[in-house]
Amino acid sequence: MTQAISDSVSYLDEPKGIKSWLFTLDHKRIGILYMWSIMVFFFIGGMMALIVRTELLAPEQILVSADAYNQLFTLHGAIMIFLFIIPGIPAILGNYVLPLMIGAKDVAFPRLNLASWYVYIIGSLFAIYSLFSGAVDTGWTFYTPYSTQTSTSVTAMTLGAFILGFSSIFTGINFIVTIHKLRAPGMTWFKMPLFVWASYATAVIQVLATPVLGITLLLLIFERVFGIGIFDPALGGDPVLYQHFFWFYSHPAVYIMILPGMGIISEVITVFSRKKIFGYTAIAYSSLGIALVSFLVWGHHMFTSGQSELAAMIFSFLTFLVGIPSGIKMFNWVATMYKGSISFESPMLYTLSFLFLFAIGGFTGIMLGALSLDVHLHDTYFVVAHFHYVMMGGTVMAFLAGVHYWWPKIWGRMYNEKLARISAALLFIGFNMTFFTQFILGTKGMPRRYYSYLDQYQPLHAFSSYGSFIIGIAFFIMGYYLIHAIFKGQRVGKNPWGALTLEWTTTSPPPPHNFEQTPVVTDGPYDYDRIMIVGDERVYKDGPEEGKEIAKEVDSESKK
Amino acid sequence: MNTNDIFLPAAKSTIASEVDALFSFVFIASILFFVLVIGGALYFIIRYRRRKGDGYTPDYSHNTKLEVVWTVIPTILVFVIFFWSFKTYLKMQVAPKDAIQIKATGQKWFWQFDYPEGASSTGELIVPRGKPVQVLLSSRDVIHSFYVPNFRVKMDALPNRYTMAWFEATETGEYDLFCAEYCGTGHSKMLAKVRVVEPEEYQRWLQSNNSLPEDMAMDQYGAQLYKTKACVTCHTNDGAPGTGPSFLGLFGRTENLQDGSTVTVDENYLRESILNPQAKVVHGFQPVMPTYTGILKDKEIDALVMYIKSLKKE
Repeated sequence: MTQAISDSVSYLDEPKGIKSWLFTLDHKRIGILYMWSIMVFFFIGGMMALIVRTELLAPEQILVSADAYNQLFTLHGAIMIFLFIIPGIPAILGNYVLPLMIGAKDVAFPRLNLASWYVYIIGSLFAIYSLFSGAVDTGWTFYTPYSTQTSTSVTAMTLGAFILGFSSIFTGINFIVTIHKLRAPGMTWFKMPLFVWASYATAVIQVLATPVLGITLLLLIFERVFGIGIFDPALGGDPVLYQHFFWFYSHPAVYIMILPGMGIISEVITVFSRKKIFGYTAIAYSSLGIALVSFLVWGHHMFTSGQSELAAMIFSFLTFLVGIPSGIKMFNWVATMYKGSISFESPMLYTLSFLFLFAIGGFTGIMLGALSLDVHLHDTYFVVAHFHYVMMGGTVMAFLAGVHYWWPKIWGRMYNEKLARISAALLFIGFNMTFFTQFILGTKGMPRRYYSYLDQYQPLHAFSSYGSFIIGIAFFIMGYYLIHAIFKGQRVGKNPWGALTLEWTTTSPPPPHNFEQTPVVTDGPYDYDRIMIVGDERVYKDGPEEGKEIAKEVDSESKK
Repeated sequence: MNTNDIFLPAAKSTIASEVDALFSFVFIASILFFVLVIGGALYFIIRYRRRKGDGYTPDYSHNTKLEVVWTVIPTILVFVIFFWSFKTYLKMQVAPKDAIQIKATGQKWFWQFDYPEGASSTGELIVPRGKPVQVLLSSRDVIHSFYVPNFRVKMDALPNRYTMAWFEATETGEYDLFCAEYCGTGHSKMLAKVRVVEPEEYQRWLQSNNSLPEDMAMDQYGAQLYKTKACVTCHTNDGAPGTGPSFLGLFGRTENLQDGSTVTVDENYLRESILNPQAKVVHGFQPVMPTYTGILKDKEIDALVMYIKSLKKE
């Protein structure tokens, strides 16, 4: 049986040729297509961030003009949000591992899956076209009436984001149906890995919220092209209406970004603690709870927009409500490590970074949810720091934990662990230098989206910029060793981390149809209290004596 | 150690100290929870690091008591923060009745301030110390935001309606005033100062500054427009009924509308009634007024609103 699996071809080798990749229906290959294209935009968005931070070293002009600066921070935001972080985890890692995790051969609609990638590419082409035809200078939020009046290429960019929405909806529909219909025999809902739960909650938001963004952006485009008066007061519209529409999508979108990240953390922390997850049902249901309440908090972006006091009060209240399940998840993750057997390979280092940074992101979110504090902090660097702690400290750290965790599965080869640890440490230091400083800038009153600033803010701005350069270095090291691993990395077996979820029961890299035989699920995904992995095989605590002997041998070997 | 001195700019308004008290509370509570969670994580990391090889771990994955505790305590805490912040927020929203009214108009990329006594200034807002000041905000183009960090006050200025902010400065001095809503090329240069002076000096400044192009106070300008723009044809200013409601004592009154609902006459209602007269017609009057959209400039509407506000019933 073991022999049969290791002899099979990997999805990477068969079939061959560029065409076989561009027309592939294999979820794993589509995940990789997504990975390369999303990484291109992550690189572009990251370079823009570095130019922005370099410009902010001093109040006067260093690299770019005010207009170019305004375009750069807008594009950094728009690219990172719409082209990197929203599709990031679901389309790359979700596509790749979700079917494997539930023991399926593929997603429910492989053609729709491939279509979603092409739609992503078409949307991104519009964004690129916008870049070269005047760019956008509105901020990634495209607030009206500025966005209806500016002469920059807003129409192309918003059309791009509109199209990208469909890609997101396709992926969401695919995941919902896949999870409902394609689970392997024996995999009940409560035997699903928590990453699958998180992806499910995410997919629900993707399908329900994205159309609202589509409508909003379409109205904005109509306003610019045909001059209908929905948002621009000069045409009889209401600019605050735009903000309501926009955040009705874009706040739930924050949870599209963070929920799958939380799913990854649940996976990695159990594997590297060799511990059953604490509060499985609490984590699973809190994902759904967050998804539902997330639709009702959008007004907390608008406490100073002139919306009614009653609305502000209700939104503030609901915002605090949605914070609690996230807090409970934090407690659960920490409690999972209790009495575990914790090791510190790079996926776990990113997970610990996540816990540290996401906690800070959460506490500062409480501050921003408090009405009287938000009046002072709104639209300052405090907000910039907060959402970078949540989006980068949270989602990106979780994404990197996932990338490092599943990289050996995807390529069948391991990266250089030493370099991985160095880059994790640099990233952690650089990130805190860059963004903790921005909390202080914000509380001291520094407004965001400022090309220039008063002299009193200069030292903090400079420090923040130095931190961003360290982040840049960390990512270059990471890019090097990850790509190096694809070609030259050491080959790994089925299960290098000793994990219990199904994707680790097949070869690395897996065969085209994932499993030689449809797996039958009898164990829970985190039963580390009674199962351990020895030489890719499961050894049960209450199993045959032979298993215990093997366990002892491994035990004494690792002591040497 | 006072954390607020490290993080917040000096508190120079009556509301600022109240905001800062909550900031301290949330800050300290956050530190405590952070130490608890991350400290706990660090302790587990060290205590339960993998010392020997792999092995089975205990099945410890549920503890009802613990889970109730860590749900209930944070819930209570966030409710405390919610009510506390809402209380202060309401104070921020409701200006004292005797507040001085100043009109602030944002446009790319400067602030213009019009004072009730006819003075105006650009780039510098002059206010008396120890007196509540209500700022009536609007914009001539895109959205701007009026932000004075020392006063902990911020409010967006919109192109199609008025918004309000108020503060009472506690110390004389000069304070930064930022535009906090992104508005284009000159956004970061849309800076102004708030100059807080003693009340006597404020009065002196008002007397010496009469820079309205028409060389008159806003409400006087409004009085002139009242005649030249033909409001007088239908609206009296002495309380006598005309084709439309009299302006005397109109501001602040609650009016019954034709559809049975009521409306309190405020700046936004006046503006709406000038630009879109048929939207909310007072009971007992015919919907015959023409729209003044395109006829009156924003500044003229401001002046008319000021004028109507000045017509108080004795």
